[in-house]
Amino acid sequence: MHTADSEKSENSVQVHGLSRAFSGTTVIDSLDLTIRQGEFVALLGQSGCGKSTLLKILAGLDGEADGDVSVPERRSAAFQTPRLMPWLRVWRNVVLGLPGTPDRALAGRYLAEVGIEDHAGTWPKTLSGGQAQRVSLARALVREPELLLLDEPFGALDALTRGKAQRLVADLWQRHGCSVLLVTHDVEEALLLADRVLVMDSGRIAYEAEVGLERPRDLGSPEFVRLRGELLDRLGVRDAAARHGGPERQQRQEHQKEATTV
Amino acid sequence: MSSPPTAVSGSSPPASSSAPPPPTAAANRSTPVTKPATPEEKRPARRVPRGVRRVAGPVGLVAVWFLASTTGLLPESVLASPIDVVQRAVDLTGTGELPHAIAASGRRAATGFLIGAVVALALSLAAGLFRLGEDVIDASMGMFRAIPWVGLIPLFIVWFGIDETPKIALVALGVTYPLYFNIYGGIRSADAQLIEAGRMLGLGRIGLIRYVILPSALPGALVGLRYALSTAWLALVFAEQINADAGIGYLMSNAQQYFQTDVIVLCLAVYAVLGLLCDFAVRLLSRRLLAWRASFEGEGE
Repeated sequence: MHTADSEKSENSVQVHGLSRAFSGTTVIDSLDLTIRQGEFVALLGQSGCGKSTLLKILAGLDGEADGDVSVPERRSAAFQTPRLMPWLRVWRNVVLGLPGTPDRALAGRYLAEVGIEDHAGTWPKTLSGGQAQRVSLARALVREPELLLLDEPFGALDALTRGKAQRLVADLWQRHGCSVLLVTHDVEEALLLADRVLVMDSGRIAYEAEVGLERPRDLGSPEFVRLRGELLDRLGVRDAAARHGGPERQQRQEHQKEATTV
Repeated sequence: MSSPPTAVSGSSPPASSSAPPPPTAAANRSTPVTKPATPEEKRPARRVPRGVRRVAGPVGLVAVWFLASTTGLLPESVLASPIDVVQRAVDLTGTGELPHAIAASGRRAATGFLIGAVVALALSLAAGLFRLGEDVIDASMGMFRAIPWVGLIPLFIVWFGIDETPKIALVALGVTYPLYFNIYGGIRSADAQLIEAGRMLGLGRIGLIRYVILPSALPGALVGLRYALSTAWLALVFAEQINADAGIGYLMSNAQQYFQTDVIVLCLAVYAVLGLLCDFAVRLLSRRLLAWRASFEGEGE
């Protein structure tokens, strides 16, 4: 069902009528999805709504789905945990799986791009969570993907590191011009980064919103707040929406308990 | 015992622990939290180098043995004194008997170990990497493991006679099990997430085995190697009781006939030293091969 080509069209990803069931339970239900070339799409959804399954199918890690899926040949992924091979040096992790002899200089260039070239020769266990996640990004980028799949890559990072990592991803995307599908459950993250935000529910795309805001985006702009409210509403987290800002702002306010993320 | 001074005269633990008397509770409330340190606690602990501490135990034991022998507490017919043992070691080295015996035993252990290791590696890879291999091999290995391998000596003698073959076979058999189960377990404990990442990175079947699955199995394999080496020496001790005409076991059974406890102790010491050397080698190897792994080295100095 995979047709890995970039069919002269300007679409990077084309999915039509995609379904996937696990032992009788339908996780993805005749889903349609299009991602334009160079577009940054964020996919929101409750836990277990099938968004990670969709990402796996696009990554080619799940061969048991029905439907038409057309994705670029060159695609790579970064996951919630860095998934580095602990027995390989950092630079070796970056170029693992590339054909030919391991090219340390190549690895070094991409490590420099994510800002941790100094750690090229160390073991992954010596890295912090944020550093390891950067290595994971370098490893995805070294393949010069046309489609970059990100599965909650910032989920396990602390707030400060997450902010930096998000800016890094925004920079990298603009520099490389690849299409990005970011799976997340953080509405603000989606709105900060994406051109278009999709909400997945019961196995299909239930809602989508174009984010016409200029970059870099302001968490406090009226349009941002409006979109956030709308998306939270769609996600079923109604009341927290309009009243509060993101994590940073939340800390300054009194109602610290209420979450703006799903 | 630092039980607080209480009105209760008996200082038995049950009395003080079951019902703390009122004075204690009052004292707890009023006294500052920081308890004045006892002199021992205040003085900075004198640091004995770790190496010295490790050596202290064995050296102490030998000293006790020496004293017991020289005072006549330990008759020579029971256990020869360490001096005699050392003297005997020098003598037998001079005549060439001891080096010859060590060489003969070493050859047996090495041959048996190599055969066992190759068999274990082949079986564990087949069982670990292929479903078919698992079904066929693993159940059988589980069944055979239930047989104590030492119990196979009579059968081996029937099959292989009383020459070198049954001895080598016994060592090989003893080596196979610990290596097999540890490597197989290691392969099966490979992280599914890392395998998925490897596939995403474009690793094929061979690449996954080489870069993900085998490295995952390495820590287990090294544990297995340590067990296997100690089992190899153990198997050798048993095997050399079978009609040996050379080797450490031969020296030992000869000594037994003449009640030479010094030679027996010497042979035991040689077994021990060889075992320790193997263990040391594996530890060095582990440190090199597992440098990537964060490991717990124990607390304190």
